[in-house]
Amino acid sequence: MSFLSDEKIKELEIKANDIRKSIIEMLLEAGSGHTAGPLGMADIFTLFYFHILKHDPKNPAWADRDRLVLSNGHICPVLYATMAHVGYFPLKELKTLRKFGTRLQGHPHREYLPYVETSSGPLGLGLSQATGMALADRMDGKDKDRFIYCFMSDGEQDEGNSWEAIMLAGKNKLRNLIAVVDRNNIQIDGFTENIMPLEPLADKWRAFNWHVIEVGGHDFRALNEAVQEAQAVYEKPTVIIAHTIPGKGVHEFERDYKWHGKPPNKEEAKMALDELRTLGGKIKSEHQ
Amino acid sequence: MLNPHLKLNPRIFNQDVEQVPIRKGFGEGLEKAGEADKNVVALCADLTESTMMSFFKEKFPERFVEVGVAEQNLVTIASGMAAMGKIPFCSSYAMFSPGRNWEQIRTTIAYNDRKVVIVGSHAGISVGPDGGTHQALEDISLMRVMPNMDVVSPCDAIEAKKATLALAKSVKPAYLRLAREKTPIITTEETPFALGKAEIYWMPDVGLAQVGIIVTGDLMYRALLAAKELEAEGIKTKVLNLPSIKPIDMHAVITLARETKRIVTVEEHQVAGGMGGAVAEVLAQNYPVPIEFIGVQDKFGQSGTPDELVEHYGMGTPSIKKAVQKIIQR
Repeated sequence: MSFLSDEKIKELEIKANDIRKSIIEMLLEAGSGHTAGPLGMADIFTLFYFHILKHDPKNPAWADRDRLVLSNGHICPVLYATMAHVGYFPLKELKTLRKFGTRLQGHPHREYLPYVETSSGPLGLGLSQATGMALADRMDGKDKDRFIYCFMSDGEQDEGNSWEAIMLAGKNKLRNLIAVVDRNNIQIDGFTENIMPLEPLADKWRAFNWHVIEVGGHDFRALNEAVQEAQAVYEKPTVIIAHTIPGKGVHEFERDYKWHGKPPNKEEAKMALDELRTLGGKIKSEHQ
Repeated sequence: MLNPHLKLNPRIFNQDVEQVPIRKGFGEGLEKAGEADKNVVALCADLTESTMMSFFKEKFPERFVEVGVAEQNLVTIASGMAAMGKIPFCSSYAMFSPGRNWEQIRTTIAYNDRKVVIVGSHAGISVGPDGGTHQALEDISLMRVMPNMDVVSPCDAIEAKKATLALAKSVKPAYLRLAREKTPIITTEETPFALGKAEIYWMPDVGLAQVGIIVTGDLMYRALLAAKELEAEGIKTKVLNLPSIKPIDMHAVITLARETKRIVTVEEHQVAGGMGGAVAEVLAQNYPVPIEFIGVQDKFGQSGTPDELVEHYGMGTPSIKKAVQKIIQR
């Protein structure tokens, strides 16, 4: 699960692109939901589910699996799309997002979709649950056998509960806990540094006794190396601050906070899918 | 008379009846639960001595987590531990947990269906001198309104111990409400206890009761004193001990209402939405009868001794008697 060949990176790029297409299709069908965050996190989800995580889509309850806690549940379209592409459930189910009776609730709910580790949506709660998981692993002597990952948004660094968890994990030197912060600089009301400045974010985590790695959030090789470094750090929990582009993959949506919380309409979705079908111009002909 | 079938404390009406804080029963119960099951873990937010989690901490330091003064973290960390198969008990003062961290409990424990026991100590007005900021009078309402959450409020230390052991074995998330002050011992080790079950602690020597008194928590002692004095004055009552507010023992509540046709509820809590509210919901739908509610009447507390406060806010033995006398006239 470590080395990434050029060939594998190409595979991951195509997979991430397929996941982005699914995200657009799901959101169009749902008529509500978040666009920017899911597109921005597609590369990271792809890398984890197709390369890093110890998991088994055919045996989701496997006790020894790694745990991936999604804290900012509102980006669940990327979670659902990735899980479907990796084989947890059929791709066609993605079209049920946010519809009555669906397993794919507007924000993830374990009762409906037991394959997710936690129900989530209200911000600032994921890291403390992941910290609790890592504490339990430490008590059971299992902290060398698996990793507990927590994906968080940068906006939810505003939440006091996030910092309570950061403090406790630092105190307990939870070596198998790895947080990944989606540093896309936007939240609903605007840019993070205008709403509630987070910088110097890396220094803040460092001051709470975490190992900090900053990395580009769309560079598979660099991301993979960051995770390997995090796994090797023995004396501290690690946070990977991943600099991502919100709306990544669709030029019109990129870097614009207005796409945080709304879905594309029909024309916007067509434009987005056209762009994604050529992998942002990398592929000349449509291969579908 | 005391219900002869329940093996209640025969010394209960003695002047020198033994008094023990209800929270101490929790502390002893948690230690026992920890002995019985290695998955039981304890978390505290800087109140280990006051919530009597110290017994567990001393015995099982490796299974104890100190989270600092961070109640939001307290319950969410517990949820994560429960996800890995632990049975977490997390304690603080009721005012802060569930007072401060209600949404965390809702999302990560109740909605998430994680077996965590939230222990709210120092609940009620009887916290006394600390004053209104520390007197949780809304916690029963807060917790019983939450789906997938059981609510238990024991009447003495022995019942608190049994409740703690039972909650360690039950599968659902739960809230355990504890009082700070020394409380007379009402039950014995032999008194039956089961989650979801209410028992008649006081009954007329002969004949039917005229009023049913339903009590949760530490006011049980005052209610029993009231029942005894009322009997001497010729008023027959039955007193129902209702430690499980949710799930509520509907059968016991309805059976009592059928016999007495009048109910007085007694709790150290706001009357809005508390145990009395839960009883009223059951009776309004199944067997409507007049009800008087003993509790705090939409007010905050203040500093004072527990006795002064209980009397001032209308929850003492005289107030309970007055409510019984009033409802007979209704």
